[in-house]
Amino acid sequence: MKKLYFDEKLCKGCGLCVAACPKKILAIGSRVNAMGYAVAECIDENACISCAFCATMCPDCVIEVHKEAKA
Amino acid sequence: MDKVVFRKPALLNDTPMHYCPGCTHGIVHRLIAEVLEELGEHDNVIGIAPVGCAVFAYNYFTCDMFEAAHGRAPSVATGVKRANPDSTVFVYQGDGDLASIGMAEIVHAATRGENMTVIFINNGIYGMTGGQMAPTTLPGQKTTTSPHGRSALEHGNPIKVCELLSTLTGPAYIARTSVHDVKAVKNTKEAFKRGFTMQKQKRGFSLIEILSTCPTNFHLSPLASLEYVRDVAMKAYPLGVYKDIGLPV
Repeated sequence: MKKLYFDEKLCKGCGLCVAACPKKILAIGSRVNAMGYAVAECIDENACISCAFCATMCPDCVIEVHKEAKA
Repeated sequence: MDKVVFRKPALLNDTPMHYCPGCTHGIVHRLIAEVLEELGEHDNVIGIAPVGCAVFAYNYFTCDMFEAAHGRAPSVATGVKRANPDSTVFVYQGDGDLASIGMAEIVHAATRGENMTVIFINNGIYGMTGGQMAPTTLPGQKTTTSPHGRSALEHGNPIKVCELLSTLTGPAYIARTSVHDVKAVKNTKEAFKRGFTMQKQKRGFSLIEILSTCPTNFHLSPLASLEYVRDVAMKAYPLGVYKDIGLPV
């Protein structure tokens, strides 16, 4: 399932999410948004543990984090 | 079925913030919004924006906001709160605004024990005007107006706002926190919750100082700026609760 939703138009590529991720699966990619910033992306979403550390450190509320609900 | 772990709080709108990449103003804005929503005050809040980088804060919050003259946010908030005693009022100020031109206003609002919550961003520099020395600039810190580093002899010593205000009788809650990592952000959120709860319970003045960054004027990357706060600023400005009169049981 998809866990991370990036609102890319708001991202400024500061990289605080990249540093906060305990699984090291975030990176500043090569895609650029309308503001001209290279935006953050997830390189291995299967490894994501939905801890929301990235979203906690993001100054621009770019990332929405979902978690699989227990049945 | 999936569950949402983190979503942008409804008290913030979708306007892209004008802050520089990595500026911690955004984190603090979000924490205010989260806490007010969790306390159920999001429909009953009035904010006062300062002069400084956060001058456009009213563009990002969906609540009612005022824009005060430089340093005068606590005075405006005094009027707002006295006219609307049942609304939650927060004041958002930077260090140049609060500790320099607005020193008289904040000290007197605190000593009167005005029932408001002040969010005080301390990054030790004037961000908006181009990185000049602020009252909170650390000894030795280079800024555009102290190019050889701040010297105590020539420029004086930094003002420690939490220590200063905690000596007064009026304040109910004074704390200093940081946002340099995930744990610090969570602690800041707890401090905000305590401050806003004090206000809700009519205990009086609360102020939370947040050690913040200014990557542009520190001439550091966003990540290195957070490390600077952790390794340098936090040594000069110790974190902690400086005053807490407690909540009624």
